[in-house]
Amino acid sequence: MTQKRQSETRMVPVPSHSIVPERDVDKRPVLETRHLGIEFGGLKAVEDFNLTIGKTEIAGLIGPNGAGKTTVFNLLTKVYQPTNGVVILDGKDTAGMNAAQASKLGIARTFQNIRLFGNMSVEDNVRIGLHNQIRYNMFTGILRAPAFWKQEKAQHEKALELLSIFDMQDMADVQAGSLPYGAQRRLEIVRALATNPKLLLLDEPAAGMNPHETEELMENIIKIRDQFQIAIMLIEHDMNLVMGICEGICVLNYGRIIAKGTASDIQSNPTVIEAYLGKRKEG
Amino acid sequence: MKINKKLLNNLITYGIVIIAFIICQSMVSTGTMSRSLKGQLVPICVWIVMAVSLNLVVGVSGELSLGHAGFMSVGAFSGIVVSTWLLTRFQMDNEPLRLVLAMIGGGVCAGIAGVLIGIPVLRLRGDYLAIVTLAFGEIIRNVINCLYISFDNGKMHMAFNNSDIPGKLIISGPKGAVGVDKIATFVMGFILIMFTLFVVLNLINSRSGRAIMATRDARIAAESVGINVTKYKMMAFVTSAVLAGMAGTLYGLNFSTVAASKFKFDTSILVLVFVVLGGIGSIRGSIIAAALLTVLPELLRAFSDYRMLVYAIVLILVMLVTNNPMLKTRMVSITTTIKQKIGRKGGKEAEQE
Repeated sequence: MTQKRQSETRMVPVPSHSIVPERDVDKRPVLETRHLGIEFGGLKAVEDFNLTIGKTEIAGLIGPNGAGKTTVFNLLTKVYQPTNGVVILDGKDTAGMNAAQASKLGIARTFQNIRLFGNMSVEDNVRIGLHNQIRYNMFTGILRAPAFWKQEKAQHEKALELLSIFDMQDMADVQAGSLPYGAQRRLEIVRALATNPKLLLLDEPAAGMNPHETEELMENIIKIRDQFQIAIMLIEHDMNLVMGICEGICVLNYGRIIAKGTASDIQSNPTVIEAYLGKRKEG
Repeated sequence: MKINKKLLNNLITYGIVIIAFIICQSMVSTGTMSRSLKGQLVPICVWIVMAVSLNLVVGVSGELSLGHAGFMSVGAFSGIVVSTWLLTRFQMDNEPLRLVLAMIGGGVCAGIAGVLIGIPVLRLRGDYLAIVTLAFGEIIRNVINCLYISFDNGKMHMAFNNSDIPGKLIISGPKGAVGVDKIATFVMGFILIMFTLFVVLNLINSRSGRAIMATRDARIAAESVGINVTKYKMMAFVTSAVLAGMAGTLYGLNFSTVAASKFKFDTSILVLVFVVLGGIGSIRGSIIAAALLTVLPELLRAFSDYRMLVYAIVLILVMLVTNNPMLKTRMVSITTTIKQKIGRKGGKEAEQE
C-alpha cells in the first residue's frame, strides 16, 4: 500500500456555515449533525444532513412530501441508526445509542401519526413521560413502600402541572384514545415535555387543527420555549406557522438540504420555490 | 378519583377470592362438598395462579407465551426437591413452613429459568416469540424427563439419563417424582392466590406496570420517552415465571406422583385458554375462568364419554356470547344505567346532606 504524500491530498471545505440565533451563539448548541445520512438498501433516504440548533432556537424543517423529514426525526431520536455521519446531542455523540438512551440525553418527540397510550388515562400518559424523572423501583411499587406513595404523589402533581400548560388538567381522568384529535396532539407534546428534554421535536403539530387552534398552538410553542428554555424543532406543512415562529428554517428535498436560513431567506430562495412549485416553463 | 376507581376494582377482585374461599372452607367443614370437588380445591388454586401469572405476560405485557407449563414444571420439581431436602436434612416437621420454603425455592428456580429463557426470547416479537417460548417449554419438559435426583444422607446427587446414583431417588426420569409428601393445603393455595394478586395488581398500578403497558400499547413511543423496553418485558416475564413456579410447587406437592409429562404443551394451552376466556388483560376474568373451567370437567361427569365434547362446545359458546357485539352493547347499556342510578342516588343523598 502506497501512502499518498501530503502534498497530493486534496483538501475540501467542511460545510460548517450553520446558523443559530444570536442569543445562543456563545452557548453549546443542543444539536449538531455532521454528514448525517441513512441508506435503505441502496436508496439514500437522507444524505449529507448538516444542521446546528441553538440552545433556545425554534427551528423548522420543511419540504415536499417524501423529502425525508420524518426520517431525519427518526435518525435524531435513534429510532433508525444512521449509516453515515454523527448526531451530537448537547455535546455528546449518540453513536450506538438506542432511542431510550437518546431520550435520557434530552431529546423528546411527538409523532406524525399520533402514538399515545390510547387505553390509558391522560394523566397516566403524562406519568409515563415522567418515567425517568420521578422514579422508584419495582419492589417499592409492589410492596407499596412509603417511597411509592411519595413518588406517586409527586408524579400526580407534576403531571397536572404539565397538563395545565394546555389547560388540560381537567381531562386528567379521560381515556387518552377518546380525546379529540387536537387534544391528542397537545397531549403528545405534554408527554414529550414530561421527559424534561433539551430539544423537543414536533412532527406536524398543527396537522388537523383549524386556523384558530393553530394560532393558539403557535403561542404555546413560544410559551414552552420561554418557560422551559429549550430548543424546539418542528416539521410542518402549515407555512403560516413555520414562517410565523421558526427562527432557522431548513428545507429538505429528496433527502438533501436545499436551503437553510431565516423565513425571508427561504421565501425568496429560487431553489425552494422550484422544489415546491416546479420549474417555470421556458419561452 | 381515578386511583379510587382502580382501588375499588382491585378490592372487588380480592373480595371475590376471599368470599369464594370462605364459602368453600365452610362447605368443607360442614361436609357438604363432594369428595371429587374437594380434591379439586388445590388444583383450582394452582390454575388460578397460573392464569393470573400468564395474564401478566399475555395481557399486560402483550407477548404471547406458549411455554408457561415449563415454568410450572421447574417449580414443581425444584419444590419437591427442596421439600424433601428440608425433611431429610433438617427433619423439618412443620408442614406449612416447609411448603412455604419449597414454594420460594420453586419460585426462585423458575425465575432463574425465566431469566435464562427471557434473554434470547424477548428480543423476538409476535409469532416468533410464541414459537420460541413453545420450544423452550418442550425443552424444559424433556430435560426434566431424563433428570435423576437422589438424596444420600442429606447429600444431593444429580444425573442425566442415569438412574445409578446413590441414595433414595426423589426424581427418577420419565417416572417423575414418586412418593412425594402431600403437604399442599387449600389454605396455602388461597394464600398463594392472595400473594399473586398482591404482586400482580400492585405491579400493574405502579411506575413499572405503566412502563410495561406502555411498551405493549406503543413500543416506539415508549422508547421515545426513555423506557427500556427489554428491561420491562423481562420484568413481566420473570415475575410471571416466579409465580408460575410457586404454583407448580403447590401442584407438585399435592400429588404423590408427578411426572414431567404432566407439563406438556397442552397444559400451556389450557392456561392460555383460561386467560383468553377470562379476557386478555382482565385479572378477575382469569380467576373466574380458571376456577370454572377446572370444575367444569367434573360437573360434566354425567355426560361420561362425551365430556370433552361438551367442554369444547361450552368453550365455543362462551367465546361466541362474550364476543357478540349485540350482547356486548346491551351489557354496556345495562351497566351504564345501573351506574347512572347509583350516581343519581349518590347525588340525591349529597343534596339531602
